[in-house]
Amino acid sequence: MENAIEVTVKLFAQYREGHFKAEPRVYPKGTTVEGVIIETGIPVEQFPIGVIMINGRHMDESYVIEHGDTVSLFPKVGGG
Amino acid sequence: MSDKIYRVNMKELNYRIEDVPEEWMGLGGRGLTSTVIAAEVDPECHPLGPNNKMVFAPGLLSGTIAANSGRNSLGIKSPLTGGIKESNVGGTIAGIMAKLGVKALIIEDIPEDDSTFYHIHVTKEHVTIEPCPELVGKENFEVLDAMLERYDKKVAVMTIGTPGEQRMMISNISVKDPKGKLRSHGRGATGAVMGSKKIKVITVDAEKYKETHLADPEKFKSANKVFTKALQENPISGEGLPAFGTNVLVNIINEAGGLPARNFRYGNSENAEAICGETMADNIKARGGSTTHGCHAGCVIQCSQTYNDEEGNYLASGFEYEMIWAFGANFGISDLDLIAKIDNLMDNIGVDAIETGVTFGVAAEGGLLEFEDGETVYKILSEDIPQGTPLGKIIGSGAGNVGKILGVVRVPVVKNQSIPAYEPRAIKGQGITYVTTPMGADHTAGYAVATNILNSGGYIDPLKKEGQVELSRNLQIASAAIDSTGMCIFVAFPALDDPACLPALIDMINARFGINLTGEDVTSLGARILKTEHAFNLKAGLTAADDRIPEFMKYEPLPPHNVVWDFTNEEIDAFWDF
Repeated sequence: MENAIEVTVKLFAQYREGHFKAEPRVYPKGTTVEGVIIETGIPVEQFPIGVIMINGRHMDESYVIEHGDTVSLFPKVGGG
Repeated sequence: MSDKIYRVNMKELNYRIEDVPEEWMGLGGRGLTSTVIAAEVDPECHPLGPNNKMVFAPGLLSGTIAANSGRNSLGIKSPLTGGIKESNVGGTIAGIMAKLGVKALIIEDIPEDDSTFYHIHVTKEHVTIEPCPELVGKENFEVLDAMLERYDKKVAVMTIGTPGEQRMMISNISVKDPKGKLRSHGRGATGAVMGSKKIKVITVDAEKYKETHLADPEKFKSANKVFTKALQENPISGEGLPAFGTNVLVNIINEAGGLPARNFRYGNSENAEAICGETMADNIKARGGSTTHGCHAGCVIQCSQTYNDEEGNYLASGFEYEMIWAFGANFGISDLDLIAKIDNLMDNIGVDAIETGVTFGVAAEGGLLEFEDGETVYKILSEDIPQGTPLGKIIGSGAGNVGKILGVVRVPVVKNQSIPAYEPRAIKGQGITYVTTPMGADHTAGYAVATNILNSGGYIDPLKKEGQVELSRNLQIASAAIDSTGMCIFVAFPALDDPACLPALIDMINARFGINLTGEDVTSLGARILKTEHAFNLKAGLTAADDRIPEFMKYEPLPPHNVVWDFTNEEIDAFWDF
């Protein structure tokens, strides 16, 4: 697929249940983080997205992923 | 029934029960402890000498049915930092003191005869101070058992182990929790001050008085309902914390490049997956244990847990992020079960998890032991420290002193207190809290991680300087106020994002005392506490030059983002312009 890019998707906390911890995944060029979230099927209705990081930097759902990115998805978490 | 001040003198070995002075009436928790320390303790005194005092005070709402109101404050001049200290703990002590009508327990002076230690027992009518030679040299769980044998099983207990007896800088004061495990007045060498006063254990009667007086019970009840709902509906306090504990932070802080590793050389740890909250929760599920446990009665968050080994035998409870980070990421132990064993051992001997863990990191940097060598850590903590061998005394002196002894440059301390589990170079708002709080490097004083990393209370880019001083200031003022209510600091998560939360909290204070505080009053209380503490530190000889990050952080870029600490002195000092 000429139009395909590969990224690493990492899931945390409740998102791991029934899904995965970290996986390389292939998406069409131009996919946003929102698209990744939908494709993974993580339960964002029950546990809304808290933090999105791309390569360790905070981004929002409209970010267009690039080949080689690490996409980290967290529900709301906290502690101290 | 009005609250009283209970004042114990360890030189005279007597006590007085006093009326509460007018100006202390509206204060509780940190507001009261810092006010008393500032009013009564010579800032230039030696913290281990006769002129330091210990002030224990429950929060304004402690002892009531208010959710999460069971936190107790201890005020001292800290032997670790040389400045004022308020250390805050869960456990059962705050509620029990409040029900007894103990507004504060103040302990003064030191005994002339230092050949033994004492046991202080507080009831509503009396305080007894008796020698307890049979407990000297015992660790916390054994002391706890002895007290449970002697009193009602609900008795409140505060105790020191052998590190506290030896006045070590890593020592803390351990406090019984509702399940008979221990929480800690952790930071600032609180145990050393108790040891200097020759007090082994303090117990408070829990049998006779079971309620606090409420000026308006109906109003209190309905405000508590709103408040409890805010805690339970917030995704962090209502879901994330009960499911994964505070240790859920390992992964998010690691992903953000702000998890200090190998004595603050790196912002990521290769051990993150092995030690993270998700792994811990999986182990708890597989081995039988519990992900939920409250450190005090009335807690609806239940962030604590019981952690077992593979055979299902108890290893630790109150197994928290800071401790797991210190030994897992910063010192490099990848075996979570071994970290749990160390945690339980530290509870037993009574040492601060952060100060002790960071000290081992500095010691490894200086060649005293190898990074990752958890077995040697366990041996030092179980043998050298209790026995007071020269090695035990060195480790017991804390990270700053160990750095000096070993000639180490990379010593992560502010005001000689170890920096906790968030890298100031990569989470700059938190760094501003470390350098400016009068407490020395302390994460709870103004938890900018919330807004830098967790998207709570908005978002401020953790790698940039803009907005961080103001963020930290606002959080520190709010935290000083919350620390006065007896509330757990985690109420900050709903408070930052749910507009119903703080007004309900203020309504409860008003209904408890029949007063009419506003939100502004509470903010100005927080600001006043901070300024009182800062003024004490200045008189104690600390200056703006102590409000600084360790120098290596200014010239060593921290991977993965390769960032340095880049605030100017003027930018930092502007913190105090309020």
